[in-house]
Amino acid sequence: MSDTVRMTYREAVKQSIREALDDDPRVFLMGEDVGKYGGCFAVSKGLLEEYGEERIRDTPLSESAFVGAGIGAALGGMRPIVEIMTVNFSLLALDQIVNNAATLCHMSGGQFPVPVVIRMATGAGRQLAAQHSHSLEAWYAHVPGLRVVEPATIDDARGVLRAALACPDPVIVFEPISLYNMDGELTAAASEVRLDGARIHRAGRDVTLVSYGASLWRCVAAAEELAAGGIEAEIVDLRSLRPLDDATILASLRRTKRVVIVDEGWRTGSLAAEIAMRIVEQGFYDLDAPIARVCTEEVPIPYPKHLEEAALPEPKRIVAAVRGLFSDAQ
Amino acid sequence: MNDLPDALTRERGLHLLGEMLRIRQFEDRCAELYGAGHIRGFLHLCDGEEAIAVGVMQVLGSGDAVVSTYREHGHALARGIAMNPLMAELYGKRSGCSGGRGGSMHVFDAATRFYGGNAIVGGGLPLAVGLALAEKLQGTRNLAACFFGEGAVAEGEFHESMNLAALWKLPVLFMCENNLYAMGTALARSESQTDIQAKAAAYGVRAAAVDGMDVFAVEAAVRSAADHARAGRGPVLLEFRTYRLRAHSMFDAQLYRDKAEVEEWRARGPLITLTTRLKAASLMIEDDFQRLQHAADDEVRAAVEFAGNAEWEPVEDLARHVYAEVTS
Repeated sequence: MSDTVRMTYREAVKQSIREALDDDPRVFLMGEDVGKYGGCFAVSKGLLEEYGEERIRDTPLSESAFVGAGIGAALGGMRPIVEIMTVNFSLLALDQIVNNAATLCHMSGGQFPVPVVIRMATGAGRQLAAQHSHSLEAWYAHVPGLRVVEPATIDDARGVLRAALACPDPVIVFEPISLYNMDGELTAAASEVRLDGARIHRAGRDVTLVSYGASLWRCVAAAEELAAGGIEAEIVDLRSLRPLDDATILASLRRTKRVVIVDEGWRTGSLAAEIAMRIVEQGFYDLDAPIARVCTEEVPIPYPKHLEEAALPEPKRIVAAVRGLFSDAQ
Repeated sequence: MNDLPDALTRERGLHLLGEMLRIRQFEDRCAELYGAGHIRGFLHLCDGEEAIAVGVMQVLGSGDAVVSTYREHGHALARGIAMNPLMAELYGKRSGCSGGRGGSMHVFDAATRFYGGNAIVGGGLPLAVGLALAEKLQGTRNLAACFFGEGAVAEGEFHESMNLAALWKLPVLFMCENNLYAMGTALARSESQTDIQAKAAAYGVRAAAVDGMDVFAVEAAVRSAADHARAGRGPVLLEFRTYRLRAHSMFDAQLYRDKAEVEEWRARGPLITLTTRLKAASLMIEDDFQRLQHAADDEVRAAVEFAGNAEWEPVEDLARHVYAEVTS
């Protein structure tokens, strides 16, 4: 608690990029508008002036080519950080990510690991409608060969890149659009972030809320409201979406006996579904109530604010889901 | 066509012919092994296109990177991947050059910087751009050579990659093997502009059409292109005009083309024409051909034996290599 600095999530990401560029000459950043414009969400503002055109590379609007080039450059000995503006745009590069980044190590019998880091914004909350707001993390988390992380806190936003760059595998880093402006305390000693470990964000005895990304903060708001009514929620921040940290989830469940999964993805085929099934497989007898899920409604994210909010797993829906587990005679 | 390079020696001529014969003999045997069930999955043979593989590889250095397609046995052999691990890969054995994980379409080899065997049409082009970028950023004179078929030019990744490589002046050799058919779709049925090398002009990329049946023409064009790329003047597109004499894969009844067309091209096959030219120039005799053929036969026979005797990967290792095995 002693040594803290206040900064935004955006600034934390930027500092991590700066640190990576300083530490390793093989690191460079490329993507659409990362240079002259300063980054679609201003993450890389000023880095072009600081590091020059060779290391901060503006690309054409060619997601497949520049993501593939990042994979190729990684094969060729570099440590590229590729930025894609949003997860929706990353679909134009799915071929490269799924058919190349995720497969080359395996198909080559281990000869060609792909140490590329691909960052992209994700999620709703800024009224950007249905082609800029989706949460498709589950699609990437489905794919063996990829590692998928989503930092939700200032500390993790600051620390995850170092771990991702040190990893020999392709790492997809999701940055929730709605968190870039969030500010908070950066713990000075918080540079060590594991790629595969969840963490307990808030301890509680009555119910476990499993979440990640922007929904972590929806859970925090819900937990405060629940606490006022005497229900203490424990919050698990997954951080890593592939691999999932089953042990941390199950350990929390053993303490609380109830679990609600909060996921900004659509319910059908969601990460929430995967987590629920893992709990059933490994922790069924620890459950005192059915597993509940709060996911995004199954609509393309609408533009008007009230509809966008209604679609998302807002705190009041989380509170209702938790209270549902305590009603009747559980 | 009958003009041989002035300085051509008998040894050089026989070397090139021998390299092409190795590919031909290897793949002819592969077709038999497929019929016998030793090789499974998809098997794509490059019969008719050997001069491109051999011509290109005469120019590349050991530091250069190669990205290939699913029709890559010729590229792999000409690049220097030994026949034993290549055949073992086609068998799916653990001593295959990709550890048996890839098969015919996914040949990889770190020692020769051979980055696959990409079976998504067009999918290898961005990789080559990135490999070239890595060389440029590391200040080497190495280049990335990328093979693809004419079918790939209909893919967005061709255009995106050409643009990016030209924009950043990257040392990429875009090597299009135009065999006139994308699987069963004739070029004119899929492209509004069938003069493929002409597409490069839109990106300010140097380009040329090359007789892909003539190993000397291929080698000369690649040498010039490589000099251009190594000098930092950007990528080059070479369109090698060639023909696939066999079916697309082992499942192809070839309903889309006339037998007469195939026979016409067969007469222009790179092995036949090179043999004829070398004999006409008194650089070889029939005995030389027999000797090269026997040598290739012996090598293939040994490879088949090696692959047949090789071990399967134990099922317990199924999940290996999904993620890198860190040894540090």
